[in-house]
Amino acid sequence: MIYWKIFVAFFIPGVLGYGGGPASIPLVEDQVIDHYGWMDAEKFAEVLAIGNALPGPIATKLAGYIGYQQGGILGAVVGVFATVAPSLILMIFLLGMLYRFKDSPKVKQMTNFIRPAIAVLLGVIAFQFFVESYHGAGWLQTLILTAASFFFLEKLKVHPAIVIAGALGYGAIFLAA
Amino acid sequence: MKQQRQLFFAFFRVGIFGYGGGPASIPLVHKEVVENYKWLDDRDFNDLLALANTLPGPIATKMAGYIGHRVAGVTGMINAVLATILPSIFIMVVLLSSLAAVKDKPWVQGMTDAVMPVVGVMLAVLTWSFFRRSKEGLGLWKSLMFVAGSFVLIKVLPSPAILILALLLIGLLKPVRKDNADAVGAEREESV
Repeated sequence: MIYWKIFVAFFIPGVLGYGGGPASIPLVEDQVIDHYGWMDAEKFAEVLAIGNALPGPIATKLAGYIGYQQGGILGAVVGVFATVAPSLILMIFLLGMLYRFKDSPKVKQMTNFIRPAIAVLLGVIAFQFFVESYHGAGWLQTLILTAASFFFLEKLKVHPAIVIAGALGYGAIFLAA
Repeated sequence: MKQQRQLFFAFFRVGIFGYGGGPASIPLVHKEVVENYKWLDDRDFNDLLALANTLPGPIATKMAGYIGHRVAGVTGMINAVLATILPSIFIMVVLLSSLAAVKDKPWVQGMTDAVMPVVGVMLAVLTWSFFRRSKEGLGLWKSLMFVAGSFVLIKVLPSPAILILALLLIGLLKPVRKDNADAVGAEREESV
C-alpha cells in the first residue's frame, strides 16, 4: 500500500525533526533513499537543490514532490499531511493549555527563561545566512545587500516582500557570475 | 469570510517570499501577524515561537496552523497551512523538469545568493527584539548570562529542543521570587 508507506516515510521526519524543516532533511533522506529506495542519493540531492531555489518551507516541498512522484496527487496530499499534522495538532493543544494559565507567575517565569535561548537560536540562523551569502556572493556584495536591506526594512519600513523581490531582481542582474 | 481571505493572503505572501526554508519565513510571519493584521501582540508571538521551537516538525506550518486556528477555527487552520505550502509545492511539481535545466543558470544562482543577506537582516532584527524583551524581563546582566549559557548549550547539546524543554521545566519548578515577579509585572504593564 503505497499511501501507507508515504505516510510513514514523512510521519517519522515530522515527529522527530527538531528545529524546523531544514533539520528534518537528513531524516527524509534516510527514509526516501535507504529505507524505501524511491530515489538514489544523486537524484535526492537534485530535488533538494531545486527545492532550496524555490520559496516556501522545505520539508513540505520535499513531501509534496516525493509524495506526488510515488503516488500522484493523493500521494502528495498524504506526504504533506504526515509532515504537517502531528506536530501542528500537538502545538494547538499545548498552546491552549499555556494560554489558560498565561497570567500565572510560573508561566511568565517560563517565558522569561526561554526568551534568551530563542534569541540565540534566531541569531545562529541569521549568522548562517550571512555565511552562506559570503560564500555565494563574496563579502562586498554581502555588505551592500545587508546595508541596503537594513535601510529599506528598518528605516523606510518597506514590506519585506518588496525588499525580497528587489533582492531577487538585483541578484538576477548583478550577481549572475 | 474577510478573515479567511486575510489569512490566505498573509500566509500566501509568507510562502512565496520565504526563501531559505521555514525558519527564514519567521520574520515574514511576524510582519504579517503582529504588524500588519495585529492578530497577535509581540508577547503572544514570542510565546508561540518559543513553543513551536520545542516541538518537532516544520516551523512555518506550525506557526501558520496555530495562528489560523486562533483567528478563524479549523477552517482558518487549514486555510493558513495550505496558503503557506501549496504555491511552492505546485511550482515544484509542475516545473520540476524545466527547473532542473534552469537551476544551474547563473541568474538563478544570483537570485538565491542575493536573497540570503536580506533574510539574514530580518532574522537579526528579530533576534534583537527578542534580546530587548528578555532584558526587560530579566535585566541586562541576567539576560547576557542566559544568552551566553544558551549559546554554549545549543552548540553542545544534540538538539536545541532539549535546552528549551529544560528551561521550561526550570521555569515551572523554580519558586517565583519577589524581584522576579516585579520585573515580570513591569514588563507586562509595558506590553499592555
